[in-house]
Amino acid sequence: MDATFEGNPDEPWLQYIDGPMTDTQQYATDKPMKACFANASISNPWRQTGWITMNQQLKVLQDSGVISEMETRDAGDDDNQQIADIDYFISEGNCDAFIISPNSTAALTPAVERACETGKPVVVFDRGVETDCATTFIHPIGGYAWGIATANFLVENLEEGDKVVALRILPGVDVLETRWGAAKQIFDENGIDAVDYFTEANPETIKQIITDELTKGEVQGVWMDAGDGAVAAIEAFEDAGMELPVMTGEDEMSFLRKWEETGLTGLAPVYSNFQWRTPLLALEKIAAGEPVPTEWVLPQEPITEDQRADYLEANEGMPDGHYAKFGGEDLPGYPEVWQERQIP
Amino acid sequence: MSTTTATRASALPRHSHGLAGRFAATVSTPGGAIFVLAIALLVATIVANPNFGDPGVIIRFLGRTAPIAIAAIGQYYVIVSGEFDLSMGAVIAAQVVVAGNYIGDDTGRNVTGLVLMLLLGAFIGLLNGLATTLLRVPSFIVTLAMMLALTGLVRYLSGGAADAPPNEDFRQLGRGIVEDVPVVEVIPYPLIILTVLCVAATWLMRRPFGRTLLAVGDNPDAARVSGARVWWVKTQAFILSSLAATVAGIILVGYAGVHPTVGEGYEFAAITAVVLGGVVLGGGRGWVLSAVAGAFALELLFTLLTVLEVESTWRDTVQGVIIIVAVAFAARAWTLGRRTSTRSTTPGSSGPDSPSPTTEPTPGTHTGGKLMRRTHLRGVLAGAAALVVLTACSTDDSGTDSTSGDDTTSENTGGLGGRQRVVRPG
Repeated sequence: MDATFEGNPDEPWLQYIDGPMTDTQQYATDKPMKACFANASISNPWRQTGWITMNQQLKVLQDSGVISEMETRDAGDDDNQQIADIDYFISEGNCDAFIISPNSTAALTPAVERACETGKPVVVFDRGVETDCATTFIHPIGGYAWGIATANFLVENLEEGDKVVALRILPGVDVLETRWGAAKQIFDENGIDAVDYFTEANPETIKQIITDELTKGEVQGVWMDAGDGAVAAIEAFEDAGMELPVMTGEDEMSFLRKWEETGLTGLAPVYSNFQWRTPLLALEKIAAGEPVPTEWVLPQEPITEDQRADYLEANEGMPDGHYAKFGGEDLPGYPEVWQERQIP
Repeated sequence: MSTTTATRASALPRHSHGLAGRFAATVSTPGGAIFVLAIALLVATIVANPNFGDPGVIIRFLGRTAPIAIAAIGQYYVIVSGEFDLSMGAVIAAQVVVAGNYIGDDTGRNVTGLVLMLLLGAFIGLLNGLATTLLRVPSFIVTLAMMLALTGLVRYLSGGAADAPPNEDFRQLGRGIVEDVPVVEVIPYPLIILTVLCVAATWLMRRPFGRTLLAVGDNPDAARVSGARVWWVKTQAFILSSLAATVAGIILVGYAGVHPTVGEGYEFAAITAVVLGGVVLGGGRGWVLSAVAGAFALELLFTLLTVLEVESTWRDTVQGVIIIVAVAFAARAWTLGRRTSTRSTTPGSSGPDSPSPTTEPTPGTHTGGKLMRRTHLRGVLAGAAALVVLTACSTDDSGTDSTSGDDTTSENTGGLGGRQRVVRPG
């Protein structure tokens, strides 16, 4: 997070860490492109918010004549479905460019390679694949940075021997495993007693886990690998009449609001939601023949208590599932589209 | 349930020999043994961590187990009538999402929302019941299809992601407590709701409806011949089951909030609780309060694993194995109990120490005239149910940083693609 980023800090979705660039002159075109988007799913609030933002960005690029249309296939969290979606795009999609948000890393690699073999630009974002054939791979700094920032925050605010309950969504997803992997190491090194659970973000499960842990003994900290369900965790402390923990959630509005309301000591790590704009903006650069970073690493800055009020004010009226760093303030339809959460 | 039989002085069953004898006879049936198991698990939990022996902690635990216990009551009606209800978890999720969407912040909608949810629950049960009885589709398939249909509805309404919970007033039903109670400190509202439903369920099982339900589950043909409207009795059981799921949903949305995963696995938890309670899959036998005790035993088991700090990656496996052992044990207990009785019920031999379940019901259970063969079938079915539970617990198919779901506006392209969808924004 101490990395230096190229580009305008007011447009973090276009910033990147300096590195190898892909030459895109061969793709330069004056004609509007048809983009084909193979999406893993929109089955959590983070993906839903990003999907809304992406569609508003699409409108801008359609108006400026860069993109004619975007055909999207939603794989519903299913690897096989997404492979079929990509193959459909390759054979029958009549696509000028591919955007792929992979469902999982290893399983989607061959399909992404097939898309690369068409000779058309391929933009991969969010989770990665095991090939560098894509024109650009867009992602925020990553899971380790999340784990380091959150675990360091808890270590700073807790004492050696304190108990931390780690609430994890599910096993086996790279961006989530790296968050926990980094955090666990820091907890171990600093003598924090951390115990982890899988919750599937189910608020009932979260409340029961916290309640049982509070019965067993004092819990001084709560760590989450994603903020979904953070409010349920806080409520469990409230219901038990216990002192609220030091806690890390996410930049989801429900957590930011509960954090402010309760005044607990907290941090909102960010997995930059504005990255959903970047794939389309990358296509704009590609159509213009401008070079794009081969690995496009976007900034990822946690929201601290000092900054919280600003983000709450900026996102007033947004629903609980909205993400504060969604980065769509300059897009058409702001703020109504996000406030009403019109999922396209 | 059957103390009146003790008046028959000539063939006094063993369990009528004083309080201790009756107690011993009761706990030796699966329907009674589950209470012993629940208490044993509670003691084990307290031994592992004395904090769990605090009355305030116990009462809160009972309160939080209420939704599963209520679901078990509903499932009991269906199972004892010889059917299954796999749609409970999906009914809970649907009701939770309805509460979030329809009621939301508007306290003025609390009462209408509650009525609407109960009507919706009754309607789902009616559909399940009619499809099973009049269309003669096996309930396993009917309720599985209902589960899928409702899961789709939940995904459509929620997009597969969390939503804002309903207002705090509505949530009180699941989150509220009566404060300043002596000894136990508090009484959670869900526990009060559960107590009322337990009393109502026990009363209902003593009514003609309950008797007929057992008769229908035991032998539908015999019940039909003796004048019972089998289709209507079973349909009512399905309605009760969906209503129980609805009440569980109302409590859960208060306790936890709105998320499409709320209620996930409740159908299997309820079936497991019912089976642990010694209720016979296939119908005709079992005590409703044993199903409730089964629910508590199940939850205590989960809590015990938490107390023992079993690693999260291992928990599902440990749970599954323990459930198989417990259920197999319960099935075995029936078999052993029956073996003694069959030996002594040969014609003319009903001596003083011959409890004969074929003619004399044992306290704490409803017994019907089943053949010995059924006990083996029972063991197989119970094992299968436990395996289903184990699989459900340990299956994680999504492999993503999300739980489950779908997009809300995609249209099905049909054709060979089957599940392929196309979204055309803009």
